[in-house]
Amino acid sequence: MTGWPILSVTTFLPLVGALFILMIRGEDDIAKRNARWVALWTTIVTFLVSLILVSRFDASSPEFQFVERHAWLGGATFYHMGVDGISLPFVILTTGLMPLCIIASWEVIDTRVKEYMVAFLALETLMVGTFSALDLMLFYLFFEGGLIPMFLIIGIWGGPRRVYATFKFFLYTLLGSVLMLLAIMAMYWQAGTTDIPALMRFAFPPEMQIWLWLAFFASFAVKMPMWPVHTWLPDAHVEAPTAGSVILAAILLKMGGYGFLRFSLPMFPHASMELAPLVFALSVIAIVYTSLVALVQEDMKKLIAYSSVAHMGFVTMGIFAATTQGVAGGIFQMISHGLVSAALFLCVGVVYDRMHTREIAAYGGLVNRMPLYAAAFMVFTMANVGLPGTSGFVGEFLALIGTFKANIPVATLATLGVILSAGYALWLYRKVIFGVLEKPALAAIPDLDRREILVLTPLVLLTILFGVYPGPILDMSAASVAQLLENYQQAIGTAKAAALMK
Amino acid sequence: MTAADFLPALPEIVLALGAMGLLMFGVYGGERAVQAVNGIAFSLLVIVAVIVLWLPAGKLVAFGGSFVLDGFARAMKILALIGSAAAIVLSLDYLAAEKQQKFEYAILILLSTLGMMMLISAQDLIALYLGLELMSLALYVVAAIHRDSVRSTEAGLKYFVLGALSSGMLLYGASLVYGFTGTVSFAGIAQAAGQGGLGLTFGLVFLFAGFCFKVSAVPFHMWTPDVYEGAPTPVTAFFAAAPKVAGIAMFVRAAVAAFPSIADQWQQIVVFVAIASMALGSFAAIGQHNIKRLMAYSSIGHMGFALVGLAAGTPEGVQGVIVYMAIYLAMTLGTFAVILSMRRREGMVEEIADLSGLARTHPAMAFFLATMLFSLAGIPPLAGFFAKYFVFLAAIKAGLYALAVIGVVTSVVGAYYYLAIVKVMYFDEPAQRFEPMPQELKAVLGITGLFVLLYFVYPSPLVAAAEAAARSLF
Repeated sequence: MTGWPILSVTTFLPLVGALFILMIRGEDDIAKRNARWVALWTTIVTFLVSLILVSRFDASSPEFQFVERHAWLGGATFYHMGVDGISLPFVILTTGLMPLCIIASWEVIDTRVKEYMVAFLALETLMVGTFSALDLMLFYLFFEGGLIPMFLIIGIWGGPRRVYATFKFFLYTLLGSVLMLLAIMAMYWQAGTTDIPALMRFAFPPEMQIWLWLAFFASFAVKMPMWPVHTWLPDAHVEAPTAGSVILAAILLKMGGYGFLRFSLPMFPHASMELAPLVFALSVIAIVYTSLVALVQEDMKKLIAYSSVAHMGFVTMGIFAATTQGVAGGIFQMISHGLVSAALFLCVGVVYDRMHTREIAAYGGLVNRMPLYAAAFMVFTMANVGLPGTSGFVGEFLALIGTFKANIPVATLATLGVILSAGYALWLYRKVIFGVLEKPALAAIPDLDRREILVLTPLVLLTILFGVYPGPILDMSAASVAQLLENYQQAIGTAKAAALMK
Repeated sequence: MTAADFLPALPEIVLALGAMGLLMFGVYGGERAVQAVNGIAFSLLVIVAVIVLWLPAGKLVAFGGSFVLDGFARAMKILALIGSAAAIVLSLDYLAAEKQQKFEYAILILLSTLGMMMLISAQDLIALYLGLELMSLALYVVAAIHRDSVRSTEAGLKYFVLGALSSGMLLYGASLVYGFTGTVSFAGIAQAAGQGGLGLTFGLVFLFAGFCFKVSAVPFHMWTPDVYEGAPTPVTAFFAAAPKVAGIAMFVRAAVAAFPSIADQWQQIVVFVAIASMALGSFAAIGQHNIKRLMAYSSIGHMGFALVGLAAGTPEGVQGVIVYMAIYLAMTLGTFAVILSMRRREGMVEEIADLSGLARTHPAMAFFLATMLFSLAGIPPLAGFFAKYFVFLAAIKAGLYALAVIGVVTSVVGAYYYLAIVKVMYFDEPAQRFEPMPQELKAVLGITGLFVLLYFVYPSPLVAAAEAAARSLF
């Protein structure tokens, strides 16, 4: 135990910043500037605090660390926080991306700046809380609470069809989640607690597991999103402001995958095994189908959104393959996609801010005017394709190996996705960056400015670093993944033995 | 009978004497006394609440067992008193601005509150009916308090006619129950009911029909939208808060105390009513333009959610109902504080479209109203989520899975229209500004808003209190 509740501080520090911003009076330029700086410093300090978590984290232990536990809702529901090797990478991803999001919104967002920053900071608290909650009720609170700021971010600062997109996002996600809430209640009555570590040790009856698994699946599959409940994602992405898309793609989507790892696999091992074919089928469809859909998009953001769905297909496939490589690959793929998709949306944001269109046909030959931009975009495109040497490769490769051990036809079909992703990503890159610069509107387009370089540089470096040296993430999660799978195999083994006894 | 025998009814006695004294004061004071009457009425409600809390704990009985003060009654009385006191506060500015200052208003609220308190404590059918009629008669008059307004008198008349009809049904049901059990006391009915029988079931259905009318549950909800829309807005705020608490309390006590042995029979009714109310409340509200009408459908839906707890018929269920009503009360009062502030120079406005761009013109008001709306929709971490959580928790324990699934799905439908108001406030272009918000409305909105927003920080006291109160019924 450390002396101070470092995890709670990481979680709630952004809210403190939000309170400060609320106290700023006025709507003039000074108030706006102050709001931006407060938000930036809050997110930077939060990131630094979260780095203390990393430095004190004991990667050799699969147990939850930095645990805090206080009475809260009465009964068997506590304020219980903690991280292990599976959740810590997501916490860091969240706190690390937030300052970049604030910088990326620096000049673009010029109306209602205070509210924007407050919404982002509240969202950060809720996201970090989601990844570090160790009580199901607390988890649900953070998980669902995130809908409110995101609803406002898309709805207020979004594009022309923002109202439709944000309602669809909100209601879709809510519908999935309320079913999970009922499952949480059923688990509470069955096990007498909503404590996550206790529930991981609790063996639910096999028939009940199926229902509970399906209810959780309804929530996480929408959040992930998996085919066929992914249709909110392209709308939300297209309409959201750049930083909103970044958060949506990089972090909110990961909550689904995190949920599968934290709840579905360890708590319902029997159901996970029984229903893995369903997940495989949906994942393969997602990988192949949405890649094909991505091929015909005319809007840059929509193309990236569909590619996100395809990449999340690898994650779900890897997780439910339930092999060490598969699960580790799933986690790595999520982190890597968090960096790469965030960067791609930022890249789209760069040209959108200049030209105010996201139509692919409106661009071409940008390399002539924007060499730096072309280079950065190249790195992220390659990572999106999964080129060896970038972080995208490691995750996809591990997930595929893991699945090969579990189910060869599924893995074979999924490999098609790698080829297709090369198809759409390179096509996008060629259309936008290469060719002759003949559109008159593009003739004077400036290259990246200092602020944009500042945002994209860390992402470029990390994408390449994790591509050649994936150790930091894999080592951090290795012990927890090993324990997760050990318990999983044991539970499956007991269930099988029990079935034989009958 | 000694003075001590009257002790459990002390709050009611104080309230009754106070209301009558105030009536005298008002008659002789006339128009000039209105301010004083309002002030005294408010303090009277506070004093009564203090007495309720001060009375010795445990189960106190008076009047040969027809009046009981137990934990459940205490909790519900406090809620009803809060609702009534807030209704007086909410009405001050409105009545002054509309030049409708009548001293009768506060006194009628006091009398109606007296009826509610008797109703909450009623332990036999006759006491129940007496309390109910005292409450309702005062409500009919309050609904029509704008004598010269067609809308207001129409609302009052409609409410009266339908209310009388429902009272008739309730009485008919009570007479059947009496006829088949030979007693009017809840304990006696519970003993004599045994396995039930056709006649008793018949009586039960009529009795429950009367209850459903009072809490505006489907299929006896028809009066609600018209009365909510037609009545003066502070009266609507009052209707939406305290009488609902009393109605639900009566419903719960009668069902749990008088008919425990035929629980499986009334459970079916409550399950149906809950589903129908939740569904109608959610779907019908979508098409509304008038915010008072929308709140009417919203309250129908919320009564459906509260009845989910009763449908479980367990201590957990009743606990859920109490938590639900407490949080519902806060959300309703806060929302109406905003509705009462929708005033432009030319007068009150009631359309949802009038809220356009409120986030720009009145950011604090918009923020708190959005908090209320997200909470009404049941989005965590706001208080409304916990309200729904506890009733559904009880339903799941009781094995009412279908009810729970339908309930949460309708709550998603309901979220749509609450979001639609948030959309108008936050995404649309600003409309003309409202007049500045009166101080007392700011206070109500601030207190309820902070309660709803920060409830999650320290939720256990309310939950524990509700648990203790619920246990006193079983």
